[in-house]
Amino acid sequence: MVLVIPFLLLFILSYGQIKGVKVYDTFIEGAKEGMMTTVRIFPYILAMLLAVNMLRASRGLDLIIHILRPLTGLLSVPDELLPFLMMKPLSGSGALGILADTLKKNGVDSLVGIIASTIMSSTETIFYTITVYYGSIGVKNIRHTLVAALIADLAGIMAAIIICSILFT
Amino acid sequence: MIALAIALAATNGNLEVLNKEIFASLKSSLELALGLLGSMMLWCGTIKVAEKSGMLKKLGKLIGPIIRLIFHDIPKEGEAIGSITMNITSNMFGLGNAATPMGLKAISELQKLNNNKNTASNAMCRFLVINSAPICIMPSTVISIRASLGSNNPGVIILPSIIVSIIAIITGLICCRIFEGKGGIY
Repeated sequence: MVLVIPFLLLFILSYGQIKGVKVYDTFIEGAKEGMMTTVRIFPYILAMLLAVNMLRASRGLDLIIHILRPLTGLLSVPDELLPFLMMKPLSGSGALGILADTLKKNGVDSLVGIIASTIMSSTETIFYTITVYYGSIGVKNIRHTLVAALIADLAGIMAAIIICSILFT
Repeated sequence: MIALAIALAATNGNLEVLNKEIFASLKSSLELALGLLGSMMLWCGTIKVAEKSGMLKKLGKLIGPIIRLIFHDIPKEGEAIGSITMNITSNMFGLGNAATPMGLKAISELQKLNNNKNTASNAMCRFLVINSAPICIMPSTVISIRASLGSNNPGVIILPSIIVSIIAIITGLICCRIFEGKGGIY
């Protein structure tokens, strides 16, 4: 598994070279885009880290976790994952900020950290996607879209918890 | 969230801790952003090379049959299926900037095939379910965040993420199949 990233890098860059892509120029072009993306999402990360940390310092987070415990206990969702799970369907950049916080507080390579990272990279911000896509074509009756997407999301969360628990403990 | 935090801290006398936390948060988010910047530039640069070298098109050919199977009720060739494929392959490379315009194109093509313009067609529901759990073989932002926070192995999440997406999509598609039965054919 440690080899995944170096291998991907080597594979993609040499594939580009073989196909006659100007690897260096293209890389720089993409890196610039990456820089802009980071600058764009930074305010969200700052705001979310601030809000979650304030909520934690004031014990508000404990309160929310306590209220939701009957439900999360039933699905064996770790408490530390809750802030992230609550933000995930609502805002992608917000969830990214809370992901960073979750990773910092619990350790990047902890089980909770790995579960949160997995969920972040395997699911999308449902409400946003549905609003944007249907909004763009003026569909008003979305029928079973939201229900199916929410069930899929829930299945994804459960799968992430189960698979990561099996693979990383 | 912030209002709730301040109100709670005021009631249980934690305001001093809260004060400290505000500035600690600002500092840690800046540290994070600096680390993130480097990783993001590396990955976005690499992915751009993949995009230019035609890897996306190759991948599109590879997954074509599966997509045609899922969207069996729209024409096998043409704009709709083409843009759906492009949307999904862009998502696979974590190219959000390319995936969204392609997705918007795909849904407007699906709208042309739709008989009832106010109501979502079965194919649209399926398309959005797939988009709510995109399979990503290169989750660059998450890997970058993990790397910037000092993970021993930032890429360890790639495989589980792919499996999780597949499970989520299959579950969603099964739900669609069940609900479609009741809604009739559009």
